[in-house]
Amino acid sequence: MDLMEQAQETFVTESLDLLIAMEEGLNQLESEPDNEELINSVFRAAHTIKGSAGLFGLDDIVAFTHKVENVLDRVRDGDIAITPPLIAILLECRDHTEALIEDMGGEATDPALLEQSGQLLERLQGVAGGPGGASPAAGAEAAASSPSTWEASVDRQESPPVENDNWHISLKFHPDVFRNGMDPLSFLRYLATLGEIVRVATSLDAMPEAEAMDPESCYLGMEVAFKSDADKQTIMEVFDFIAEDSEVAVLPPYSKLSEYAELIEKLKAQDDSYRIGDLLLQCGALTQPELDKALSYQQAHRSDPEPQPLGEVLVEQRAVHPETVKAALGKQKQIKEVKLKESKSIRVDAGRLDQLINLVGELVIAGAGTNLKAQQLGDADLQESVSLISRLVEEIRDRSLRLRMVQVGDTFNRFNRVVRDVSRELGKSIRLVIEGSETELDKSVVEKIGDPLTHLVRNAIDHGIESAEARRAAGKPEQGMVKLDAYHDSGSIVIEVSDDGGGIDADKVLAKARANGLVPADAQLSRPEILRLILKAGLSTKEAVSNLSGRGVGMDVVTKNVEALRGDIEVESELGRGTSIKVRLPLTLSIIDGFLVGVGSAGYVIPLDSVVECIEHQDVDKVRAHGGRYINLRDEVLPYLNLRELFGERGASTVGRENIVVVRSGNQKAGLVVDELMGEYQTVIKPLSRIFSRLSGISGSTILGSGEVAMILDVSALIKEAEQKTLQLG
Amino acid sequence: MGQIMEKPAEAGELTEAQAQQGGQYLTFYLQGEMFGLNILPIKEIIEYGKVTSVPMVPEYVRGVINLRGNVVPVIDLPVRFGWASSPPNKRTCIVIVEVESDQERLDIGIVIDSVSEVLDIEAANIGAAPSFGAKIRTDFIAGMGRVGEDFIVLLNVNKVLSVDELSQLGDVPGADLGGEDA
Repeated sequence: MDLMEQAQETFVTESLDLLIAMEEGLNQLESEPDNEELINSVFRAAHTIKGSAGLFGLDDIVAFTHKVENVLDRVRDGDIAITPPLIAILLECRDHTEALIEDMGGEATDPALLEQSGQLLERLQGVAGGPGGASPAAGAEAAASSPSTWEASVDRQESPPVENDNWHISLKFHPDVFRNGMDPLSFLRYLATLGEIVRVATSLDAMPEAEAMDPESCYLGMEVAFKSDADKQTIMEVFDFIAEDSEVAVLPPYSKLSEYAELIEKLKAQDDSYRIGDLLLQCGALTQPELDKALSYQQAHRSDPEPQPLGEVLVEQRAVHPETVKAALGKQKQIKEVKLKESKSIRVDAGRLDQLINLVGELVIAGAGTNLKAQQLGDADLQESVSLISRLVEEIRDRSLRLRMVQVGDTFNRFNRVVRDVSRELGKSIRLVIEGSETELDKSVVEKIGDPLTHLVRNAIDHGIESAEARRAAGKPEQGMVKLDAYHDSGSIVIEVSDDGGGIDADKVLAKARANGLVPADAQLSRPEILRLILKAGLSTKEAVSNLSGRGVGMDVVTKNVEALRGDIEVESELGRGTSIKVRLPLTLSIIDGFLVGVGSAGYVIPLDSVVECIEHQDVDKVRAHGGRYINLRDEVLPYLNLRELFGERGASTVGRENIVVVRSGNQKAGLVVDELMGEYQTVIKPLSRIFSRLSGISGSTILGSGEVAMILDVSALIKEAEQKTLQLG
Repeated sequence: MGQIMEKPAEAGELTEAQAQQGGQYLTFYLQGEMFGLNILPIKEIIEYGKVTSVPMVPEYVRGVINLRGNVVPVIDLPVRFGWASSPPNKRTCIVIVEVESDQERLDIGIVIDSVSEVLDIEAANIGAAPSFGAKIRTDFIAGMGRVGEDFIVLLNVNKVLSVDELSQLGDVPGADLGGEDA
């Protein structure tokens, strides 16, 4: 359902873009009524909206735009002159289309809107002269021309017409139709807006056995008997979206038997198992005697020593269906439309975007500098104008940053496929749960996180989830679960891959690591340390190496990739319950709200998300026995780090009293002792030079309003490092 | 002093062989001794300004500066050579050098006591590094350039500013996490 919603969203944005183009075109037509390109663009807009709406079964929109399109078609053919009243009514129609599209969220279209549709169309007919629907002149012409050409063709060919007053549409869908986002049913639905579907015979012959069947492939073929007075081109247009790959044949009423024979032969040639004859009977296109005749006709032709030259066939066909040529032209038009659509959303080179964002970052910094100066000068007017500029600059900054942010959902959704394929390969039943898909992430990070995530998901399926028997024995549901989640935490983004599988056997991991010499035989390791071992190369507890995982290489690559993004991996696992792997990524290129503190001579920025509170710290020198460092924070033990000491600042604090900034990383709270609190500060993150790539505890740098550089603290890394130091004490 | 020069630098891939072919060298002083640096990787020379120290890094990393909005690390060259750091004076400046590492170019600043001039040193006047006696690591030396009656050390910038080496933040003074011993 999600996919459908996404597609609809795309439809809405695209249609709104097209409507804007339509409005522009109409307005311009007022001054240049003879500009053909403008007329065409307006027509294309209406036509595309109709077509797309048809795909979603939005019949009310289709019905309305169809009539508008007809009028525009006649304008294009020069039947109707462009007059100001016509443009006025077309603009109203455009607005109404917009209203209809915006209304589509609900179950049924608002009756008031429908009523308006009717009124508008009546007025449109009034202005355009003649009914706005299938114009009688054109309709009659088509109706008149179609049988006459058919008669002409009969004269030329000995093949008799079949007794069938319906159109016959033969559809053999390309296997990729579903993958390309089409629903065969929607074409029938849209076809039904042009006339009456008399009978449909569906072919399931191509459908393989259940094991071999790929639910994402389309194996369907359809033979449709269709009653309509639309012309061939219009009917062909219904299938424009699939005409390129799939086999679509449209035969007019009373077609020659030879044409059916050709159709049968063509489909037979492609797939011998396709029982086209039966289907034609079933949908009433042919009677049994006619079918027999067609088959014998086919035989006769096949034995014909001199096959009909292709050119001749084409000429004949052209003589019969001049619309085919038009259809070909229509396809070219379609291609043009696609190009037009693309121009609506601009593709921008990522490098240029970076440059823009860098410049905006500069602007923010320069603005902060000006702000500082204005405050020093104390000029009220200047301060006011500066604050106005600051506000605008902030707005620009936020907007430009959002250009780079994409939701992680698209990346996550791709894993549906991975999970399905891999789980089938391994014969496990697994469902993928996706959460936090609206979490936004820098595009460059999203691009680089795909591969590591694939590894993690595959690992979860292969190593994590047990076989169905084992799960049953453990009293778990047979279907395993793999979950992808993304959320913000303490200024970083956490992507979590978890499963409800067997968990990691820490003892086994340790034994294996000792056997491989990764860990000295006598080393005592804590559980988190052991679990972290799985991230190392050359370690896999899986006895059998499958082609998916088990070689002990994957996790090593994941770790490297994540570290390249200055990220970090946490492993949590409970034997028998499942494993959760958290990939913590910093917000590389972005601006965060920070809290500026002073330690020694330098300023440091703590991401505001991770700051819980600030408290005064009176007894900083009162160190506990054996150097223990923790205080009582409202009856809670709060360990703290003295940044002055940690950063090797010499000399005593220049400030009278020190402060503790209480920070949080995950569930862990900690205090950071700093000299000075300088308040909130919006921070442009400047990545640190590569030579600092191994520096942990600092996630980046920023430039303060004064032009000085300040380091951004990586709170979780600081806490983790302190924890590890403590572990080593044992 | 401001900017003496600024130019788009070519990648600082300067091998010993190239150094010995001669070319233009920026000469400068470090604690009374003259050194030469091929000008190709040099982007600009700026006045020594506010350098923000970075915690938990080796001492030869003096800190970072704001170079028109880019945060550029600054290396204390004497400390990198294993000498004592020289206190900044009014002639102290920072030479911004572009080095290449893994197909990526990055800017690194080096602190020098004072700049001298740009000299043309011909290949014939460049000799091999002595195996000892130059007071700095031999692999830091691209060659010895003859200037008048004296020889100056021509630095191998890719070794002195080797990104791989600089990013080894291993034995770092002051990186000890307070928490165990007081």
